[in-house]
Amino acid sequence: MSDTAERVQKIVVEHLGVESDKVTQEASFIDDLGADSLDIVELVMAFEEEFGVEIPDDAAEKITTVGDATKYIEEHKG
Amino acid sequence: MRRVVVTGLGLVTPLGADVETVWSNILAGKSGAGPITRFDASDQKCRIACEVKPADHEYGFDPNKRVDHKVQRQVDPFIVYGIDAAGQAIEDAGLEDMDEATRLRAGCSIGSGIGGLPGIEKESLVLAEKGPGRVSPHFVHGRLINLISGQVSIKYGLMGPNHAVVTACSTGAHSIGDAARMIRDDDADIMLAGGAEATICPIGIAGFAQARALSTAFNDQPEKASRPYDEARDGFVMGEGAGVVVLEEYEHAKARGAKIYAEVIGYGLSGDAYHVTAPHPEGSGAFRSMQMALRKAGVGPADIDYINAHGTSTPLGDELELGAVRRLFGDDIARVSMSSTKSAIGHLLGGAGAVESIFCILAMRDQIAPPTLNLDNPSDGCVGVDLVPHTAKKREIRAVLNNSFGFGGTNASLVMKRPD
Repeated sequence: MSDTAERVQKIVVEHLGVESDKVTQEASFIDDLGADSLDIVELVMAFEEEFGVEIPDDAAEKITTVGDATKYIEEHKG
Repeated sequence: MRRVVVTGLGLVTPLGADVETVWSNILAGKSGAGPITRFDASDQKCRIACEVKPADHEYGFDPNKRVDHKVQRQVDPFIVYGIDAAGQAIEDAGLEDMDEATRLRAGCSIGSGIGGLPGIEKESLVLAEKGPGRVSPHFVHGRLINLISGQVSIKYGLMGPNHAVVTACSTGAHSIGDAARMIRDDDADIMLAGGAEATICPIGIAGFAQARALSTAFNDQPEKASRPYDEARDGFVMGEGAGVVVLEEYEHAKARGAKIYAEVIGYGLSGDAYHVTAPHPEGSGAFRSMQMALRKAGVGPADIDYINAHGTSTPLGDELELGAVRRLFGDDIARVSMSSTKSAIGHLLGGAGAVESIFCILAMRDQIAPPTLNLDNPSDGCVGVDLVPHTAKKREIRAVLNNSFGFGGTNASLVMKRPD
């Protein structure tokens, strides 16, 4: 797992209170990890803080899986 | 008329996080007070409080027992305490597995005096330092007072009345009184009722200290600071926690063979119409609240054996309440026992009336009056009244009166009796 993927996984585990082995790159925040729309807002804020990236609303709306988040962060971080 | 009984109890307090532990600590005369550990209080006028202890403490609180990890992250501690106390009460009443028909007739009335002050304080700093885009999306519903009732109803599927009282330090008593009326008026058969508070944070302590409400003379002897009726009292000690009871319609409880702790028979309410923080100088609001509760209960002062006083340890309030009790009880003052358990757990503000109602119920169950700690030199107004100094007292307790008074001049009194 890349460094980014590991840090994303850690944030998701902490925020959603799920087991880390469930937080695969394919896992859907809503369907697999029990998140609601506000949880995703909070996760996006946490990713922004952790990685120093800005994730605008239209991009955030397209992030539905852990892998989507990892990919976006890797493409946009400084 | 539909009668209302108590069939479940739940407590989170500075002296324990389950009913029996708290009660045995109260009867043993322990104090929950100590130096503030939640934050650096070295610049505060008041540096002590009665904090709920951490999970690894002998009688600490483990939030993981009944509250989801995710919920804990999103909400203020008063909601966490409230959910746990409600869960305890449901388990105690044997109502973990209610069917849908029962849940349609089961509701919540769990309030708070102030709500999520620590979270408001914290997120205000985030707003100032990092801007609006960093404020938590859970900010609002994690701080709102009615969100104990909201969270509990969602967790247990309770579809009846969903209500939350906000009457400062009378909240817990009003919550139980209002919920009892909802059952009596056939809005529900079961109500989770009570109150919670958690405001031991810099702005909470500073705010009450600036209002000259907190004790500041005992920062080096925290356990001595809450001393209702004692000459040296100089303000209350802030506590935190929650108390929740299961109220149930009598026939409903009997039909399912529930354990019945007590019957709620009287509820009185009044307004001082005088001052935002100071009690009425003649204690007239307190008097009328107690008088109404007795009248509704159809009992007289001679029927009341124990009073759990509001008794916050403030110089003015304690005397005025005592004076009002004296006028209402007349000669019967000589045979009643009256104590303030705030001497042990501090003032739980919106949680106080509910926690103290539970102490009243346990006092009837065990036929013992809990003590008023630190009552070394009773003030002049105390002559001829048994304030149960220092140690618990075995005695007959048939019926009890519980008082709660709050900022804004709001008063509530409850009368309960032993089950038939």
